[in-house]
Amino acid sequence: MEYLSIVFQEVYKILFLLVPVLVSVAMIVWLDRRVWAFVQKRQGPNVVGPFGLLQSLADALKYIFKEIIIPSSSNKVIFILAPIVTMTLALIAWAVIPFSATQVLADINVGILYLFAVSSLGVYGIIMGGWASNSKYPFLGAIRSAAQMVSYEVSIGVIIINVLLCVGSLNLNDIVIAQQNMWFVIPLFPMFVIFFISALAETNRPPFDLPEAEAELVAGYQTEYSGMMYAMFWLGEYANILLMCAMGAILFLGGWMSPIDVYPFTLVPGALWLILKILLLFILFALVKAIVPRYRYDQLMRLGWKVFLPLSLIWVVLTASYLFYFNLLPVN
Amino acid sequence: MIAHAIFFYTFSIIAVVSAIMVTASKNTVHSVFFLILDFISISCLFIMIGAEFLGMIMLIVYVGAVAVLFLFVVMMLNVAQQKNQWFAGQSTSKHIPVGLIISTLIFFEIIIVIGGWKYKPEIFDINNSLANTSVSNTHSLGQILYTDYIHVFQISGMILLVAMIGAIVLTFRQRSGVKRQSYIKQISRERVESVEVLEVQSNKGVKIDD
Repeated sequence: MEYLSIVFQEVYKILFLLVPVLVSVAMIVWLDRRVWAFVQKRQGPNVVGPFGLLQSLADALKYIFKEIIIPSSSNKVIFILAPIVTMTLALIAWAVIPFSATQVLADINVGILYLFAVSSLGVYGIIMGGWASNSKYPFLGAIRSAAQMVSYEVSIGVIIINVLLCVGSLNLNDIVIAQQNMWFVIPLFPMFVIFFISALAETNRPPFDLPEAEAELVAGYQTEYSGMMYAMFWLGEYANILLMCAMGAILFLGGWMSPIDVYPFTLVPGALWLILKILLLFILFALVKAIVPRYRYDQLMRLGWKVFLPLSLIWVVLTASYLFYFNLLPVN
Repeated sequence: MIAHAIFFYTFSIIAVVSAIMVTASKNTVHSVFFLILDFISISCLFIMIGAEFLGMIMLIVYVGAVAVLFLFVVMMLNVAQQKNQWFAGQSTSKHIPVGLIISTLIFFEIIIVIGGWKYKPEIFDINNSLANTSVSNTHSLGQILYTDYIHVFQISGMILLVAMIGAIVLTFRQRSGVKRQSYIKQISRERVESVEVLEVQSNKGVKIDD
C-alpha cells in the first residue's frame, strides 16, 4: 500500500508537469506562426477561437483523424519507434527543470548533465526516422541532422562548462541561486549569444533547418510520416525548442529568480518568471525564423567548428583565469 | 530494497540481452541500436550504484556522440547489403582464432578481478576512498583526478589529442580543382575592381578579358 501511494503521488506530480508542458507546446506553435506572420505583415492563424488560439487544437484533431501510412519497404519497428523516441526524450527532460526553489520534479545532483544528455539523445529520433523510411530525402535529412547536432552539441557543452565554472555545482537550482546578484548573461554575454545560436542549430530551427529544408529535401526526415506520427515529431520538436529556451533561461537569465529583488516583484511566483523568460527566448527564436535566410551546409559546419568551438574554448580559459586570479572560484 | 532489486535485474537483463543481440542481429544498423540500448542500460546501472556523474557522462559521450558516429558510418557504408561477405566467406577461419584468444584473455581478466575482489577485499582500497560520502560524486571524482592522478589524466588527454590529429592527417587529402569560398575576399571587394563601365559601340560589342 505504501509503495502504491508513493507511485500515485509521483504520477500525479508528473501529470501536473507534463499536461501544462503539452498544452504550452500547442500554444507555442500558434505563437510561432503568429510572430512569423506579423513580421511578414500577415495575420497568421486568427480564425479558430479568440485570436486563433485554438488553431493548434484544430490541427491536432485533424492529425488524429488522418490515416497513418507506413511505407511497405520501410523498417517498420524503427519507423514507428522514431516519433515515440523524439516525443519521449523531449518530455523526460522537463523532470529536472526547477520552477522555483522547491518546485522540481527531480532535484538531482547532475541536473545540467542530465539536460545535456537528453538533448544530445534527441538526434536519434531523427536518424531513426530518416533511416527507417528507406527513401532518399529522409535519409539525406537524417545524415545532415546527425552531423549538425553532434557539431553544435560540442559548443553547447563548452558553454555549459563556462557557466559551471562560475557556479561550482551541477545542480540546476544551485545554478539559479548563484545568479542572485548578477545574471550570467551580463558577464558571459558572448557565451549567451553563442548558446542561443547553437540552440537554434540543435533544435533544427531556421536558419539551421537543413534536416528538413523543404526547398531541397521535401521535408527531410519527416517526408514519409503522416497523421499522428507526424504530429508527434512536430510536438517533440517544439517541446525540444521550449526545453532549450528553458535551459537558456536557467543558465543565463536567472531561472525562476525575479529580475529585480524589490517588493512587488518578489511576490510574483518563480514559475511565472521562468515562463516569461522562456517566452522571451522563444519570441527571439520565432523572430530569427522570420528574418534570417537558411544557411548553406558548409557554412553551417564552418560556423560550428571554426568559429563557435574555438571562441567558447578561449572563453573557458578566460573565465577560469579571471576567477582564479581574483580568487572568486566557488568552493563548497 | 525490493524495488532496487527489481530495477537492477531489469537493467542488467536488458544490458546482457542487448549485448548478445549486438552480435546476433543480422542487420548492422539494428546491432548499433542494440549497442545504444546496452549503453543506456549500463548508464542506468551506474546511476543506481550512486555514480550519477559517470552514468551521465556515459550517456553524453557514448550514446550522444560515439554511437551517433557509429550509426552514421554504418548507414553510409550500408554494410547490410553486402550480404555478410565478411563473415560468411572463406577468410573467416583466419579471424576466429584471434577472436577466441582475445575473448579468453578478457574472460580471465574478469575472473581474476572478481576473484580478487571476492577473496582478498583488502587489496582494493575502495572502501577507504568511498568513506567520504559528504562530498558529491562529481566533487570526489574531480578531487582525485586533478590531484593524485593529474599526470595520468593529462597524458591520456594528450594521447587522445595525438590520435585525433593522426586520424585527421591520415585521411586528409588536398583536393585540386575545388572552388573555395574566401569570406575575406568577398567582403573586401571594392566596386572599382569588379565593375567596369564601358562605352559600347553599336555592332562592335565588347571584349572581356579572362
